[in-house]
Amino acid sequence: MFIEIIKGMATTFKHVFEEPITIQYPEERRPTRERYKGRHELKRYDNGLEKCIGCALCAAACPADAIFVEAAENTDDERYSPGERYARVYEINMLRCIFCGYCEDACPTEAIVLESNYELSYTTRESAIFTKDRLIVPAPPNAQATPQKVEPGKFNRSIPDMKDPA
Amino acid sequence: MPDLVKLRIDDVEVQAPKGTLVADAAKRVGNDIPVFCYHPKMPPVGMCRMCLVEVGRVQRDRATGQVMTDENGSPKIAYAPKLETACTVPVEEGMHVRTANGKVKAARSNVVEFLLTSHPLDCPICDKGGECPLQNLTMRHGPGASRFIYSEKIHFDKHVPLGSEDDALIYLDRERCIQCARCVRFSDEIAGDPVIGFFERGRKLEIVTFSEPGFDSKFSGNTTDLCPVGALTTADFRFGARPWELTHSASICPHCPVGCNLHLNTRRSGVSGKTAIKRVMPRQNEQVNEIWICDKGRFGHHFTASADRLTTPLIKKNGKLEEASWDEALDLIAAKMKTASTLSALAGGRLSNEDLFMLIELMDERGGRAQLHSRMGGGDLIQKVGVGVGANFGAMGTGATIIVAASDLEEEAPIWWLRVKQAAQRGATLIVANARPTKLDKYATHKVRYAYGDEVNAVNGLAGHAAKAENLVIMFGSDGLGLTASTALAQACANLLVSTKHVGKPNNGLIAVWPRANDQGAWDMGIAPGDEVAASDVMIVAAADPVGDGLELRSGFTVVSELFLTATARAADVVLPAQAFTEREGTFTNGERRVQRFYPAAPPVGQSKPDWQIFALIGERLGYAKTKTSAAAVFAEIAKTAPRYEGLSYQKLAQVEKQFPDVGGADLYYGGAAFENTSGLGMQTPTMAERGEGFAVNHVANGRRHPGDGLIAVPTTVLYDRGATFAPSELMRPRTPKAYVELNSADAAKLGIADGEAVALLVNGKETPAVCRVNGRAPEGVALVPQSLGGPQLNGATSVAVKKV
Repeated sequence: MFIEIIKGMATTFKHVFEEPITIQYPEERRPTRERYKGRHELKRYDNGLEKCIGCALCAAACPADAIFVEAAENTDDERYSPGERYARVYEINMLRCIFCGYCEDACPTEAIVLESNYELSYTTRESAIFTKDRLIVPAPPNAQATPQKVEPGKFNRSIPDMKDPA
Repeated sequence: MPDLVKLRIDDVEVQAPKGTLVADAAKRVGNDIPVFCYHPKMPPVGMCRMCLVEVGRVQRDRATGQVMTDENGSPKIAYAPKLETACTVPVEEGMHVRTANGKVKAARSNVVEFLLTSHPLDCPICDKGGECPLQNLTMRHGPGASRFIYSEKIHFDKHVPLGSEDDALIYLDRERCIQCARCVRFSDEIAGDPVIGFFERGRKLEIVTFSEPGFDSKFSGNTTDLCPVGALTTADFRFGARPWELTHSASICPHCPVGCNLHLNTRRSGVSGKTAIKRVMPRQNEQVNEIWICDKGRFGHHFTASADRLTTPLIKKNGKLEEASWDEALDLIAAKMKTASTLSALAGGRLSNEDLFMLIELMDERGGRAQLHSRMGGGDLIQKVGVGVGANFGAMGTGATIIVAASDLEEEAPIWWLRVKQAAQRGATLIVANARPTKLDKYATHKVRYAYGDEVNAVNGLAGHAAKAENLVIMFGSDGLGLTASTALAQACANLLVSTKHVGKPNNGLIAVWPRANDQGAWDMGIAPGDEVAASDVMIVAAADPVGDGLELRSGFTVVSELFLTATARAADVVLPAQAFTEREGTFTNGERRVQRFYPAAPPVGQSKPDWQIFALIGERLGYAKTKTSAAAVFAEIAKTAPRYEGLSYQKLAQVEKQFPDVGGADLYYGGAAFENTSGLGMQTPTMAERGEGFAVNHVANGRRHPGDGLIAVPTTVLYDRGATFAPSELMRPRTPKAYVELNSADAAKLGIADGEAVALLVNGKETPAVCRVNGRAPEGVALVPQSLGGPQLNGATSVAVKKV
């Protein structure tokens, strides 16, 4: 019996002198995996226009009914996205979201991407609703934010020409 | 029963009336032959080639004409070497149709592939996406991949207003169009407004409008429903929501006596967070509106969400209306009513049957009198000799006679105009009697012109036609008439029907073209028009604006139940916020006496309450019956007491039956816009004539013809007016005229006024500005004054002075 105790304590002492595997969150953070599904971001093209065209297919695909989209029409004087349609209102209720990524799959313009942010906590239900201004990424450094005034007829296609998947 | 023809469609024995098209015959046995250009409401054109089928006909010996038989003795079938379009081939005895073999499938797949050569990949942003026949049929019959090169798609303009950018109701996306011509054919053949057409040919083909303003038709919105792709969209709904996100609530149009069945499509507004009406769609009711609605019904719903709606009760304190609670307001009204010795009520034809019933209950309890605010009479005659149960303009054609007297049907009841016109085109005898030309004249078999005041004589003069008629429907309106004259006209029409025995049968009888949606319901509840503002201690005004219409209130204490702060409301002592038809339940009785239910679609604005509840709550405070818990309970009460409403209930009004054409269902046959009716077809109340109650011909004197000297002004109706329930629809403002007066060219010349000049109208000592129109519509000596445009409100013919300013 005495020997067993010594054996057990030996294991314990061995680990005391080993380097700990615990991470000191939040001071220290481990990078997420490439395919990690964290909080959504709405992406922009290099010219600053929003990729989202307000088609609401993400909302249709969402199994948790977490997404609400309301579209409106672009004009060349006030352009948010290429083509005719943009999302005037875009909301994701993060309390409902199950991070399945179906919205990403449904998006015809690759506008919505589940990124690496997992630090989601809220003190009220309202603050769990991420509106468009919280979801959209800032415009690239040398691009203008939306709405933009553009020359007429330049951005008349909503969906970028797709490469042949075959 | 028409001749039946027997044929086989994919080994299914089918019987169809002679003349039926193969596509329709197949649909009746559940075989959905895909179509794009064909629509069961329009003659076929066979343009899109989607409905190709293999047709075999009975082989006959060329020499003898005998049917050739095979060794089993059954007739030999010869299949045509090429496929035929099922939408243009009528059924034949012994015909064999193959709709599912390889040849047909290949043809369908090829047609879809070809239609998609330059169709853009727009589905994610297209308003039709989700209810698009092209999408549906591509999924079902399409090839899956195209042999055409994607980058070779030809692109065209996507935002083409049909009209100018400021007034367009319909937008065209040129590259989405598949050139089926449904819109062009609808406008031309059904709406009778050939104002859009094809321009250029082949790939360059586009739909253009050549009217001013663009697409000048009262039925333009229907083309967006008919469009099998997203080429035509309405300015109202453009990008408003995806179709699958919308909630459908059945409703009834509150704008005219036709009572078109509607679907109100609602969704949460991202801006306000409240449920909002996104679009209004027709709901199929083959007896009432088929699958059409006019643009007033489609785009005129914005008043319900207007920021000017009343939200709280208001009580006048020191000459100013101040917000108050319901308890304060109702207590005050009850206290005033307790001490009042005379009591009266004035109701508008916009109220539902439930509202009117509770109002008359309240009046009856206190010995008060309720009146209808209307300048048209004759509702009692409709109850006696109204059009028989089962009446349907859609079934009228050869053998039917329709007389339209003193009504500009297109402006007063557009869908009736459309259906009467179609009946005339099917062979019905149409007699239009009016003092001035109207658009219906074009389709009339006989036109009768009379001088204003001569309506009764004019109708009496039609006795010969009436006697000859197999079936006779008379529609009378109030064009240029006041209460007395329209009552006399109604009597003359009723006399004509009774003396020629055209009463008590379907498709025979009288129809009143009322100015409001539920005027007939008011008559049925026991509220008729009268002298309106008799002096009383307390007066309740609901859904009416007598002050705005130039009358004076002569009551000690006035209560107004309204949607808006009208001129009457401003003059009232207590104003109560009422709910709009979109926010509550109720029933309307249309001009054909069809009682139809509407359902709540949006939450009520502010603290507003339905009118019936308001009247019941006042009654409750006076010690009468407790307020009913629902509109259904009130209607149950109506069914117990109102004559000819017995046996009706909300359940019965909600019943539906299968209708043909089969539109809007889950099938692919005619997919697309939400037409399917699952919420009730309504029920017609019987007339006294149908119950065998006799009707004495009550001879009526002709109206007073006006002396030749000086102009007389007569009231006319325009569809797009400035009434409180239409003016808030901003989209329609460019099409709503400013106050105008129409003059005969002779009178205009005498006064030295030219077309388009500003004039002043002097009526009853009051001067109002207007624009003069000299357009060949006004008879000599008459000034036509459209009502509710801001000009003088007239109750019948009045003398007028027109002067140039």
